[in-house]
Amino acid sequence: MDYFATVATIIVIQAIAACGLNVIVGYAGQISLGHAAFFGIGAYASAMLTTKAGLTFWQALPISLLISMSLGFLLGLPSLRVREDFLAITTIGINFIVEAVFVYTPFFGGALGLGGIPRVAVFGSRLGNSQFLALCAVFLAITLMICRQFTRTWMGLACFAVRENETAASSMGISPVRAKLSAFVLGTGMAGLSGALYAHYARFISAGDFGFPISISMLSMVVLGGMGTLAGPLLGALIIGVLPEVFRSLMDYRMFLYSMLLLLMIRFQPGGLLGEQSAAAGLLKGILNRRRASSA
Amino acid sequence: MQLFFEQILNGLAIGSIYALITLGLALVYGILRILHVAHAAVYTVGAYVGLAIYSRTSTLLLAVPGSMLSCVLLGIAIERFVYFPLLKYPPYVPLISSIALFLGLEELCRIVAGPELLTFPATLPFPSFSVAGVMVSGTTVTVYAVTIAVLAALWFVTAKTEFGLAMRAASLDMEVASSLGVNSKLVVDATFAIGSAIASLAGILVGIYYNQVYSTMGTMPAYKSLALIVVGGMGSTVGTVLASFLLGLGETLLISFANIPLPRDALAFIAMILVLMWKPTGLLGKR
Repeated sequence: MDYFATVATIIVIQAIAACGLNVIVGYAGQISLGHAAFFGIGAYASAMLTTKAGLTFWQALPISLLISMSLGFLLGLPSLRVREDFLAITTIGINFIVEAVFVYTPFFGGALGLGGIPRVAVFGSRLGNSQFLALCAVFLAITLMICRQFTRTWMGLACFAVRENETAASSMGISPVRAKLSAFVLGTGMAGLSGALYAHYARFISAGDFGFPISISMLSMVVLGGMGTLAGPLLGALIIGVLPEVFRSLMDYRMFLYSMLLLLMIRFQPGGLLGEQSAAAGLLKGILNRRRASSA
Repeated sequence: MQLFFEQILNGLAIGSIYALITLGLALVYGILRILHVAHAAVYTVGAYVGLAIYSRTSTLLLAVPGSMLSCVLLGIAIERFVYFPLLKYPPYVPLISSIALFLGLEELCRIVAGPELLTFPATLPFPSFSVAGVMVSGTTVTVYAVTIAVLAALWFVTAKTEFGLAMRAASLDMEVASSLGVNSKLVVDATFAIGSAIASLAGILVGIYYNQVYSTMGTMPAYKSLALIVVGGMGSTVGTVLASFLLGLGETLLISFANIPLPRDALAFIAMILVLMWKPTGLLGKR
């Protein structure tokens, strides 16, 4: 049970971050290769606030979200002005710089990292592993609801328009920068939430947990599942999270298998498993519809 | 003062290596508008193949051409089987495929050659000497000589030959160039071949310069060279070379003479963000 809870909690936490990345990449069409930086900012903010300022998780959470979203806004502002090829590179840069700041600043624990992060408590009682999993699942559900609502707001539709054709969108009176920035801020907020949950789950964090490879694995989740779909990042997080458990005996070849999987996926089915024109999507939709029909 | 000159020579050597690695990236971006991250994996493969041939034959005369040939084949294979079919998609699709390819090739090198650090004990044709007390090692001279030769050859091909004209035409607009009789497929193949051959040279040079070859030697160059082509102005070869030398010098001098609390590898990205804020097209970019 503990093994299951551990694997499941990590998957749920990463799914939240992947949903955030999906808002940026899938909805607004802006490639971000530095999502782990904002995951890390959320984690460090919550860890610092609870260990050094003595706040509880619930008091620290809104502040951590605010910090990651405002840093997302500040770092997104110059990045989103440049063309999309540049954006991929500037976000890589942001990831490397943020990681370097965590490693080289004694304030953030330096290379030793931050330890002694308290467990999350609800009404004064500390949550056990499976209870914490339930809490993460609740946050994931809220994240998914926000994602779904966002696609129905004016700003969400504006993001879709910008993704399809930026020039056409701006000629219709949509400000591409505003649309991209709102997607970026929303996405980094979700990364911050995921990071805060991660910090209180791992209870020890160091800069290496938020490096560039993590950004790549988050992007793999979104690409595998299907960019721009609601459930895609979930499926992607599930696959990327379960694979290392299945391939435990092939530990040495794990990264190789991952990268080949990602390469084959993007080469032959760029829309992902749940994207449009995907064979798997049709199959899954059929099953889900049947379920829905039988439960109704 | 002596230390200062030695650091300048060091910085220039590191800048030369950056330039050799990044040139391929700039050429590919100039013609296909693809960020060829896997280029750094070609460079790693070049170093490994060079070392493998050298350790069996102990002559660079076989190791260098052998490594260049294998890198050319690898580069063209990447272009044919991965990038070309993906050109119709938005740019992030080939970019993600390139990153996946890069990680996969890097892992393949580790699995095939083992995770340990290998040494590259090659003897070089240039002797070490000293001018006014400043030591100049034979390796440093080799790095300079190779870089100058590559830059001169590349300049000659692109500026003076008919094929170079076709390359420049294809990088301006591939469709128009094709309709005017340029064999654009051949031009793209050749671009990858040239870039990959230079990457293999860079791999061997770095292996000899630091006397080490390892599977993750391409990781930092992969992302740093992205920052360099942005700073140089996307697709501008001259700008890329300039940016590489500036970074090599800047890194070396800042690390040895200023006590900055950041790792040297973050400098490239900080420089990139500063340049982008001041001039969003890069140092020598036009668009």
